[in-house]
Amino acid sequence: MNVLFTDDNFTLFRDGFLRTVELTALSGLLALVLGVLLAAFRVSPVPPLRIFGTVWVNVLRNTPLVLLFFAVVFGLPKIGVDLGYFTFAVLALGCYTASFVCETVRSGINTVPLGQAEAARSLGMTFAQTLRLVVLPQATRTVVSPTGSILIALTKNSAIAGAFNNAELYGVMKTWNELGYKIFAIFFWIALGYLVITFAISALFRFLENRLAVAR
Amino acid sequence: MRTRRTAAAALAVLALTAVAACGKDGSPGGDSSGPGTSYEVKKNVSITGSPTFDAAKKRGKLIIGAKADQPNLGFEDVASGTRSGFDIEIAKMVAADLGFSDKQVEFKTIPSTNRETAIAGGEVDYYVGTYTINDDRKKQISFAGPYFVAGQDLLVSKDNTAITGPEAVKGKQVCSATGSTSIKRIADQYGAKTTAFDTYSQCVDKLLDGSVDAVTTDDAILKGYAAKYPDKLKVVGKPFSQEPYGIGLNKDDKALRDAINNAIEAHEKNGDWKKAYDATLGKSGANATPPQLVRY
Repeated sequence: MNVLFTDDNFTLFRDGFLRTVELTALSGLLALVLGVLLAAFRVSPVPPLRIFGTVWVNVLRNTPLVLLFFAVVFGLPKIGVDLGYFTFAVLALGCYTASFVCETVRSGINTVPLGQAEAARSLGMTFAQTLRLVVLPQATRTVVSPTGSILIALTKNSAIAGAFNNAELYGVMKTWNELGYKIFAIFFWIALGYLVITFAISALFRFLENRLAVAR
Repeated sequence: MRTRRTAAAALAVLALTAVAACGKDGSPGGDSSGPGTSYEVKKNVSITGSPTFDAAKKRGKLIIGAKADQPNLGFEDVASGTRSGFDIEIAKMVAADLGFSDKQVEFKTIPSTNRETAIAGGEVDYYVGTYTINDDRKKQISFAGPYFVAGQDLLVSKDNTAITGPEAVKGKQVCSATGSTSIKRIADQYGAKTTAFDTYSQCVDKLLDGSVDAVTTDDAILKGYAAKYPDKLKVVGKPFSQEPYGIGLNKDDKALRDAINNAIEAHEKNGDWKKAYDATLGKSGANATPPQLVRY
């Protein structure tokens, strides 16, 4: 159990933990922004946007994340796009997760009765206004809880970035394993690292859920 | 319908990118089937006091742990299901001396992280795969050999004259496996900038691309890649660590350990070792001689 407190393991663990937090936060932000935008595309009256949204979701949601990482990290530099491994990881994680966020938001939008949108339109609101002022605020309530689950999944998915030159928690695990520490001790600390992050996310989302709850 | 067609087209594009991305890795590594790869199988072998051997005899086949992703060392051609490489040859030589023919040998791919568990748990009878003998591991298993002494070295592109040894990598981009001791050593002791992936083939891909300056790990592994791309890559040839490779087996099975040591010694003496080396790692242009066995 005292793996963490021997040699410079604590520094290694701390840096890895912070890198995981950073990866999760940045790609989570990207996923949320992109996901809402994609959902808007998918319900918009403009066919090319709808098609774009559908293709994005169907391609990214249905391909393994490792494959996506592989295509991004090894494929993009071959066609002259080299943004650095951290940016690649954020992009891959963010774009992948955005497809899940999009579908959650879209299902949230579908729970808002059609009459609401019709009423908004009859008042002369544009599509963007309808979505922003009438539909999305109501959809948010249903969407909060599943979005929390998606972000928790994202945290754990970020471990894949560790195999593509990002020194995060998974990399720490690899290092300790190579140094020959007991598997159980390694598992304990690495799992704890992830649990801290995922618990923080679920606490945040429970708080949001309570804040946004309305008596119906 | 239209959306579906667009989706299909996009999928096709993505699939193509993925294929393009790994095009280089896909090139056949099975071109190194080794020398005849058949060794004279001894008959009526008996080893007294070896539970592992008795179990294998009863089962009618030997289960050997190996690696599958190291060209010319421990490699499995997934398409044909055949294995090749220096470690595989060593494993077969030993198997032949224990009285098991090629047909009675089953290879099992075990990654580095699971080696001790697989051996101690009896999942494999013995393990041959770039397995460095050290005291920490000897607490859980035991080693026959060494049958080869590797050392950490550098793989660079053929026309690279700047990197002549570990002292020359300061500030250069060097790639190795995530969390490995090699990557730690090159960063801490020699001041290289590092890139870490899960497999060496990914590092080699980046080296061929030119996005890293060198790949570092045991020279045996590097020679395997140099032998695979003899026109593009070379091993620097100044090893800066000692990694004696042994055959891992059950900790308490001294009888089997002695038998395996005898087998290694016999094949080193009759020239099989040299033949196997020349047909695999030797293709990289580097020579090697068998090391002294350490019996205990």
